[in-house]
Formats: sequence, structure tokens, C-alpha cells
Amino acid sequence: MTEDKLILAFESSCDETSVAVIKNGTEILSNIVATQIASHQRFGGVVPEVASRHHIEWVTRCIHEALDEAQVSYDDLAGVAVTYGPGLVGSLLIGVTAAKTVAWAHHLPLIPVNHMAGHIYAARFVGDFVFPQMALLVSGGHTELVYMPKEHEYQIIGETRDDAAGEAYDKIGRVMGVNYPAGKTVDEWAHQGKDTFHFPRAMENEDNLDFSFSGLKSAFINTCHNADQRGEKLNKNDLAASFQQSVVDVLAEKTMTALDQYSVKQLILAGGVAANHGLRDRLNHDMARYYPQVKMLQAPLKYCGDNAAMIGAAGYINYLHGDRAGLDLNAVPGLSFPRLTPVEE
Amino acid sequence: MKVLAIDTSNQPMSIALVEDDTLKATTTLNTVLNHSIYVLPTIDNLFKRVGWEPQDIDRVVVAKGPGSYTGIRIAVTTAKTLAMTLKKELVGVSSLQVLASNLPPVADQLIVPFMDARRGNVFAGIYQYDGDQQLQSVVKDQHLAFAELLQLIEQQGKAAVLVGKMTKRIQRQGLTLPDQVELLPASYAFPSTYRLALMGEKLAPVKQIDNFVPDYLRLTQAERDWQKQHPGAKPQNYVEEV
Ligand SMILES: [Zn+2]
Repeated sequence: MTEDKLILAFESSCDETSVAVIKNGTEILSNIVATQIASHQRFGGVVPEVASRHHIEWVTRCIHEALDEAQVSYDDLAGVAVTYGPGLVGSLLIGVTAAKTVAWAHHLPLIPVNHMAGHIYAARFVGDFVFPQMALLVSGGHTELVYMPKEHEYQIIGETRDDAAGEAYDKIGRVMGVNYPAGKTVDEWAHQGKDTFHFPRAMENEDNLDFSFSGLKSAFINTCHNADQRGEKLNKNDLAASFQQSVVDVLAEKTMTALDQYSVKQLILAGGVAANHGLRDRLNHDMARYYPQVKMLQAPLKYCGDNAAMIGAAGYINYLHGDRAGLDLNAVPGLSFPRLTPVEE
Repeated sequence: MKVLAIDTSNQPMSIALVEDDTLKATTTLNTVLNHSIYVLPTIDNLFKRVGWEPQDIDRVVVAKGPGSYTGIRIAVTTAKTLAMTLKKELVGVSSLQVLASNLPPVADQLIVPFMDARRGNVFAGIYQYDGDQQLQSVVKDQHLAFAELLQLIEQQGKAAVLVGKMTKRIQRQGLTLPDQVELLPASYAFPSTYRLALMGEKLAPVKQIDNFVPDYLRLTQAERDWQKQHPGAKPQNYVEEV
């Protein structure tokens, strides 16, 4: 019986302030999340300076609540993990500064965590990871396919060339009068409509694994504007269904192409947009049909959005692999996994 | 009383360890563009030099703004997290008052610390030493046009000294200082965290560390615009635990 390892984890990369206590990388003892969505809804999207101001209001509250709820003290901790990128620099800095301060005050190791690795490890709460594996990460800021040949090794094999999927949802949501974040409402409407508009599927037929959603977004906006000019009212459910069908088609097909090219044992679905039912249903269907031998782990709905529990789970892996940051750790807003360039045949 | 004092309100980063009225160690860097990288390593280094453990301090004193938004957030986040996590006292002092404290107590003289806040505006306050040689605020810290500040000083009808970095942006406005107002050399415009600690030792600690935030003295642009569009909107809690 080995000793339990408890990680105090911090997440503040965008508009959620979160602190969690995670046991052995898999068990959530506490996960305090303070969300600023209601604040940024006033402005129709996240305002970075406002976000930083909220983080500083909440960060210490989240720390002691996380420890209280987990019923642990600093002496019980093995380390402090923190998201240091990617994200908004002013937001990241609050979590990074607070985490460094706690680590210094209690002589604890500081473990740097890439936010995207955190999203992947949200799926760790539903099952063991088996390598090699692939992750489809879809969120407001990122859309990428990540290949993991083994634990602690992450390689981007495909990513968006313009908007992230979640960003595209927010932009077309605005056109339909849906406030940020629009994903959930558009998903609900989509389920009541049909794909009648047949928007373009970007780069579906290309061999590469990159995504693009700007063409879809423009087609959507043009359709709406043209209807407006004709004084025509379009069915919002059909619009949502058509948009979502196009996004889901692109994501699912690129994922299947990736699975054709990389032999993996597991597919992880994670990120804020991974909560989308259309996407979940489609991947369930495609995986059963084309890759029944590859097990799919979907991040639980509750942990698809930004939270510190997932940072603690990824941080535990970093901890085991000896990743340590100094007190000079800085926020890296553009942090990214290395891009694996495909081998020319 | 063992005190850690932190000021990163503007370009200079200054940290001091003070015990009662004695300065144990201090570091000021004026070449730092990124306070996040240097604050904790500097604190760590000073503690090691002095032989203190983090747990040894009684109080954290921080310059709470105004100043650079990112700068005051680094100092305040460090200070409030440290005080909370070690269960120590926390005191916030105006970053303008820290500049004012660079001047010795002179009776009947107004001290006017200021910082460039862009677009012809400054953050400024008016201070004066009382009979006990303690700095008192005469006109509260605020965000205002430099021209307005000069008027405000004239209204006081007393001799005043301006303490701050006179930037080209402010100079370009071509304003002449009123007769009884003197601008001190830029060498007076560096914060002393030793004096910050001394001032902080005498103040009552904050009651609710969780609620402690910087004094930005300014709403964000987005919030100002929103308020214009929503006159009379009541403040509410925009952040909730889920
Ligand atoms: Zn995220």
C-alpha cells in the first residue's frame, strides 16, 4: 500500500476561478468552481480585465473552501498544481501567483500544468487511460486532435486554422440572439430542427487533420442576412441543426481520419464543447461502427468546462514524471503542445 | 512585529522585511517588466538572507493601488494569499500614500503623490502629516485630469509638493504649475517598502481577507460602457459558485 498523494490544484485561465483537491490523480475530494459567466454576459463575451478582477475576488475563498471540503490541511499535500497556459494572461496570473504563494509558504513542490492536458484528464474521472491514445479537444478557445503515444507525451496532429468550435457557436449564437456562451442553447435548438440549409463542411475531403470553421460561420451569417433583407423569417431550430450538423460532421470525420492514420487504443473526448449532445451522439455512433475496438472515454458533463479537478488529475501525472516549476513560473498565454508534422510519404 | 511589505504598483518592484521599526532587508528592482517572475523569488531570497521562515511573519503589508492594473494584482494576490494561507494579518496601504511617505514631516505642507494614468489623466491624492507625524489623507485618492488636480491643489490654498514621475504624456499638456506648487525631482518618486511596512504596522488589519481587492480607482471600460447603457442598474453578484 503506497501513500496517498494529494494535489491542491488551481485553474484560472479564462472566466472560472477554481481550486480542487485530488487524491492520487483520480479521486476528487473537492472541486470549488466560481464562474463569472453572469458578469461577462453583460458584455456578450469574456472581457479580460473584468475577468482578472473577478479572479482576485475569489481566489483565496476557493483555496480554503477546497481544503475545508476535502477535510485536509497543507501538511497532507504532496504538491500544488497550476494552469500556466494557454489562456488569458491576466486571468492566468492570478492562479499562478496564488499557487506559487501557497507552494512557497508551505514548502510544497509547484507543478506546472498545460490547461489542455487538464481538459484531457477530465476523462480520467470515468476510466483508466490506455496508451497510445488520441484526444479530440473542443472548447471555446481550442479545437485540436492530440496524439498521446504514451503517458505524459502530447502531440498535436490537427488543429483549427481559424475559429475554435466553441467560438463559432458563440458567433452564430449572437446572430440568432443567443447570449454567450451559446453552445448549450444552440445544441437544444438543434435537437428540435433538421439540417435543411446544408452549410459547407470545411476541409472534409482533405487528407490533413486541421479544422476550419470560418467558412461555415460566414455561410451561416450570409444566410441569415439575406433572409433578413427579404424580410423572411428562418426557422431557428433548423438553422441551429444545420450549423451543428456541419460542425459535428467535420469534427467526427476528421477524428475518424486521424484514427485511420494513428493506431490507438483509446479516444478521449474533452473540452467545453464536448458537453454537446450532437457531438457525443455522433461519435458514439461512428466509433461503434468504424472503431469498435477503440474504447471511447468522454469527459463527464460536469468536468467538460474549466475546473481545477482536471488540472489536479493532469498535475498528478506531471508530479509523477518530475515536472517542477520554480517560483519564477510565469503565465504563458500561448502555451501549446508540440505540433507533430506529418511524415511525407 | 515581523512584517513583509510588497509594492509592485508600477515599474519598480520593492519588497522589504521589517521587524518593529528596523529594516532587516529590502530589494528594489526598477528594470523589471514582469513582476510575476520576480516577486516570489525575491521574497524567498530575502527570507533566506534574514533567516526567517514564511510562518515567522506576523503581518503582510501591501501597496493596494492605484497603479498598473496587473502590477497591483500581482502584489495584492501574493499578499492576500500569503496572509490567508499562513493565517496572518493583512494590511493594505494606498500606493499613493507610499509615495507621499518619501517626504519628511513638514507642518502645513501638502504632499500630492501622482501617477500617470494615460490620456492626460493621473491617479493622485492629497496628503498631509498630522501633529503625530502620521500621514493623513486630505483629499482622497482619485482618477482625474492633471489639470483638475492642479485646480484641486489651488483650492486648498496651501503650499504643496508634487511627488511622482513627470512623464512626457503629462508634460505635453503644457500646463504650468500654480505658484505655491513645486514638483519634486524624480528621485522622490520611488516607493519605499520600508516606510510602507512602518505605516502598515500602525494600521488595523483587514477583517475579511477574501474580500480584499486592489484599489483600481477606475471601472473597466466595458463596465463604464455597460453602466451608461443601463442607468440605475443595481450592483449584484456576478460571480457564483457552481
Ligand atoms: Zn478550457
